[in-house]
Amino acid sequence: MNATKSVEELRKIARQVRIETLKSIYLAGSGHPGGSLSITDILVALYFGGYANVDPQNPYKPDRDRVVLSKGHAAPAFYAVLALKGFFDKELLYTLRKLGSPLQGHVSRKHTPGVEASTGSLGQGLSVSLGMALKRRLDDLDYRVYCLMSDGELQEGMTWEAAMTAKHFKVNRLIAVIDNNNIQLDDFVTKVNSGIYPIEEKFQACGWHTITIDGHDFEQILKALDEAVKVSEEKPVAIRAITVKGKGVSYMENTPAWHGKAPDREKFIEAMRELGVSDEEIEAFLNKYDK
Amino acid sequence: MFLYTKDAPKGDIRKVYGETLVELGRKDPKICVVDGDLSTSTKTAMFGKEFPERFFNVGIDEQNLIGVASGLAYDKDRVVFASSFAMFLTGRPWEIIRQHIGYNDLPVKLVATHAGITVGPDGASHQMNEDIAIMRAIPNMRVVVPADIHILKKVLYKAYETPGAFYIRLTREKFPVVYPEDVEFELGKGFVLREGKDVTIVAVGLMVSHALDAATLLKEKYGIEAEVIDPVSVKPIDGELIAESARKTGRVVTIEEHSIIGGLGDAVISELAERYPVPVKKIGIPDTYGESGTAAELLRKFELMPEQLAERIHNWLRSL
Repeated sequence: MNATKSVEELRKIARQVRIETLKSIYLAGSGHPGGSLSITDILVALYFGGYANVDPQNPYKPDRDRVVLSKGHAAPAFYAVLALKGFFDKELLYTLRKLGSPLQGHVSRKHTPGVEASTGSLGQGLSVSLGMALKRRLDDLDYRVYCLMSDGELQEGMTWEAAMTAKHFKVNRLIAVIDNNNIQLDDFVTKVNSGIYPIEEKFQACGWHTITIDGHDFEQILKALDEAVKVSEEKPVAIRAITVKGKGVSYMENTPAWHGKAPDREKFIEAMRELGVSDEEIEAFLNKYDK
Repeated sequence: MFLYTKDAPKGDIRKVYGETLVELGRKDPKICVVDGDLSTSTKTAMFGKEFPERFFNVGIDEQNLIGVASGLAYDKDRVVFASSFAMFLTGRPWEIIRQHIGYNDLPVKLVATHAGITVGPDGASHQMNEDIAIMRAIPNMRVVVPADIHILKKVLYKAYETPGAFYIRLTREKFPVVYPEDVEFELGKGFVLREGKDVTIVAVGLMVSHALDAATLLKEKYGIEAEVIDPVSVKPIDGELIAESARKTGRVVTIEEHSIIGGLGDAVISELAERYPVPVKKIGIPDTYGESGTAAELLRKFELMPEQLAERIHNWLRSL
């Protein structure tokens, strides 16, 4: 297990991840800030809170925990976490979405160390994670499979094919976290297709243990992950993390328009200031990278 | 070298698939098999009976079937065979195949049974005539259409030994034996099964034996000497062998139990267009759907029986 950090330290790392996420999206000129910011605290808890057992020096060691980013559009936050964890040089973050960059618009195992499954097309990650959990049993190794999902992709039928099949095969050590920010591309999930609710009952009906938390409260996230690790020895676990899309940047929060676009220079500076970056640092960054 | 005669015995393609899977499973304890509630038809149940812990019947959910196969294969330290009927293995989850198996070139060997029109009485919903087209469009995907049980066995071993994604197309029907048991298969290398100088016939799958019968009829009835080629793999395809034959004959006919759009015919034309353009006649299922009927009735309806093929080829050659 990795060294566990205190909640205060996790908050600091999360702030850093949000800053790097927005810097990379701003320089790319496109990307998905809303869903990256909503899942940031969950990612930070997983990677820096002592859960995801990974080794940046040996990214594909056989007994590593598998973290599948099923919501592949949260790539910017995921890349920022991997960079801070030491999987690759932080400078690479500023090549996001550029031709020849190892950081593809949606995560790709072919391109980036630390990525387990190439995603971007929604609704597939849980099924792939199930395959990995079945493989773990055959490999007879101790790893866990974490699947990070969006709420919108619960609309994909394949998600439920996987959920019910996990029960049939009595899969264990499979933990899904649903980033329930209630916004998808077009509008609020409740407006586009509210049928995903209630989430917990659906997973329970498929034989899963469920936990509901505030996805921005580190104490709750850590507690939920502790419980999930324990219960997942017996059955798969789904954590419904209620989150705020665009969390940390007030003009992006709870706004469908910020699902998938980059801020302009003015809006970027506004976001950086709100995240506590000094004007000198912002200017130095822009002078260096935004010519 | 080749066994084929008009009265060649038939070989049970699906049974040989099941038996070969068991053989491979004994050889390599890491091989996994995934099926979707059709294992008694695809014959993967034979593997499941001997290796239940490595066999995953996920039920009627082909998208999940591909997801699970991908999850088993992402580390590339296990070869995974995934089976269903061609319609449901390739049509239903196409984009998931592309996203994981194709894009990451995972060692998943998709082996579909019940392809083509010869699935018969089940009707249009089950008659997959578009699978070669949609699978060969996926980068990294190798597409192989074995013509009999002997080459099938070699194809399965080759797919097991070769890293990366494969699509192997089988049918429900038994096929006449074309090749000797010790035939050697190399991906992208075809066979000249009969030599001729007047026209080249390129065929795959069941149509190989029909093409050979048609070639005999062309000689007997019209004195036309047809060269018959089985490329076995449609992607990569042996363009060199086909072009070499076209240089000799100047005319090429393709025959497949598949739509004439996007299948073997188009793969052959692409090669010839670059290497040695000659007139090409594509024979297969036209741009339409099938219907219920026996395999033989449907082959006749779509004019794919040997005597019909001979007639069509003769007429086309005369029209040039």
